[in-house]
Amino acid sequence: MSMRNSVRKLSYLQAIIEAQREEMHRDERVILMGEDIAIYGAQKLFDEFDESRLRNTPISENSFVGVGVGAALTGLRPIVDLTIASFCYLASDQLINQAAKLRFMTGAQLKVPLVVRTSTFYNNRTAAQHADRPYPLFMNSPGLKVLAPGTPSDAKGMLKAAIRDDDPVVFFEDINLWNKKEEIPVDEDFLVPIGKADVKREGSDLTIVSVAGCLPHAMSAAEALAEDGVSAEVVDLRTIVPMDTETILKSVAKTGHLVIVDNSHKVGSVASEIAAVVSEEGFESLRKPIQRVATPQVHIPYNGPLEKQLFASKDRVLDAVRAIS
Amino acid sequence: MLLDRDQQLELFTRMLRIRKFEEALIAHNPVGHLSIGQEAAIAGACMALRDDDYVTGTHRSHGHPIGKGAELKPLMAEIFGKRTGICKGLGGSMHLTDTSLGLIGESAIVGGGLPIATGAGLSIQVRKTDQVSLCFFGDGAANQGTFGESVNMAAIWKLPVIYFCENNGYAVTTSVEKSHGQPDIAKRADGYGIPGVIIDGQDAEAVHAATAEAVERARAGHGPTLIEAKTYRFDEHSNRLAIPIEYRSKEEVERYRRERDPIILYRDVLVSRDLQTGVDAAEEEVARIIDEAVEFARESAEPEMQDLWDCMYSNPINQPSFEGNQ
Repeated sequence: MSMRNSVRKLSYLQAIIEAQREEMHRDERVILMGEDIAIYGAQKLFDEFDESRLRNTPISENSFVGVGVGAALTGLRPIVDLTIASFCYLASDQLINQAAKLRFMTGAQLKVPLVVRTSTFYNNRTAAQHADRPYPLFMNSPGLKVLAPGTPSDAKGMLKAAIRDDDPVVFFEDINLWNKKEEIPVDEDFLVPIGKADVKREGSDLTIVSVAGCLPHAMSAAEALAEDGVSAEVVDLRTIVPMDTETILKSVAKTGHLVIVDNSHKVGSVASEIAAVVSEEGFESLRKPIQRVATPQVHIPYNGPLEKQLFASKDRVLDAVRAIS
Repeated sequence: MLLDRDQQLELFTRMLRIRKFEEALIAHNPVGHLSIGQEAAIAGACMALRDDDYVTGTHRSHGHPIGKGAELKPLMAEIFGKRTGICKGLGGSMHLTDTSLGLIGESAIVGGGLPIATGAGLSIQVRKTDQVSLCFFGDGAANQGTFGESVNMAAIWKLPVIYFCENNGYAVTTSVEKSHGQPDIAKRADGYGIPGVIIDGQDAEAVHAATAEAVERARAGHGPTLIEAKTYRFDEHSNRLAIPIEYRSKEEVERYRRERDPIILYRDVLVSRDLQTGVDAAEEEVARIIDEAVEFARESAEPEMQDLWDCMYSNPINQPSFEGNQ
């Protein structure tokens, strides 16, 4: 069996570490920075690479993201590990005012090949200041690419594509997926294209669009529906910006029913944007109102049982389907 | 490192270009934040750099590319908002960035350039070149979190960065005395374990000498230096800003204009060194190229809506056509 066709079983988190390792071997311009990376995440990499390419940073989120921007402008391809997605707010000036705008504001003289990795730490009893899923904030900041893979294969292939891309990418990892395992191609050039949604399950009665870690719930809901004779198509969005609206519209044109599952807060969510696009461009296909399964406008509590109810689940997806059946 | 006669005249010429460029703006296109009064600090620092050294700047951006030796026509056209501008008319007065001379962005978010210059320093260290990165920032930016965060990272990693503070005494209308625990920004260097130097920002050669020393230190791998040039802004914060209440006395401004004008001071030095002929030639040349730059800017075309889309992404994906975005 050739390398090109061989696979290896990896978890979502292992897939991310592996993608970084491979890209650092492939391209010496790739560096890795972040808080405590010498101990967590990148530990093994310290034995393999020149220490100058691995920077354990002080707790200065805005500035070390800005250091990544400066390094990206001057010939490197930094991966900045921003650890927990709630910390994005601290770094938002460098992400939104600098990384996203520098190419435009210089009349395309500059490019910013920066990847900012960050994990959404919800459903983990971390309370409101650690549990945000702030994709919509960055979705509304033109100039960035925003990725949120839902499977280990996509985590690997999309992170590699992000590192090779010349634009700034915010890469959201979902910790609820970290331990999911699947077989992933060993090929070092295995890339998953940015900007392409993935139809995970074909169906004809209903479209379920899933964002990031909602995928397992969308899939189990589809399985339950199949037992009741309802054929649900599941689309994993994978890339939030630039969004693959074509795949979504095509699916809705076929099914006429749309449920969007998104763990961001409901107002101005990714689900809201998808609903708006389908309303504008696919209204005639819809036979029932669009349903959004998203997080209500309350803060994430420490209490575990309460927290769990705020996020996507098979039952919440099925409730939404029932509402339009 | 002393400047030879040609370099002295080059330094004077660059200072004069900044002054005359901005006087032309006052006359023809009154927008922007002017560096008049701060030319010695800017050009003196830039003269200590090579073309391939990096520079980040501020909203008061005009002087930085001019000080680094950039061509004036694309800079003038940029302020006129034209497509031939250095940033295609999309950046404007606060963002004059000429990457061909190592400029990597002028931030209109105060303090925004500090981490970026630090990142350029990190990049130099990883790529193992002997470039340096110089960060222009103001006294106001020293009070942003990015100042301490960035200087600290450069210090722990010994990055080849020169943090160059143009302390012009006022953050818009708030004086250094009213916004800093103590007025010497360079003293903060001690808190990060790096050298801090205070210089007379109206003395072009003193600025050059101090910067050259910091550059040498950075190239040798000894890490960053914080330089504070005490300078003065002769005009208001911004050309279009109405100031309802006096925050600095007219006498103070007049005294600086009369006694501390860096162009007059350096001109006198050069004349005393028998460089009158060179000074005259520089003045003629600068007047000519400023006129040409204004003419060029006036005659240039406006950018088009499609240019906005073309400058968004290096690698556009799923980008709708311009027609689809009306």
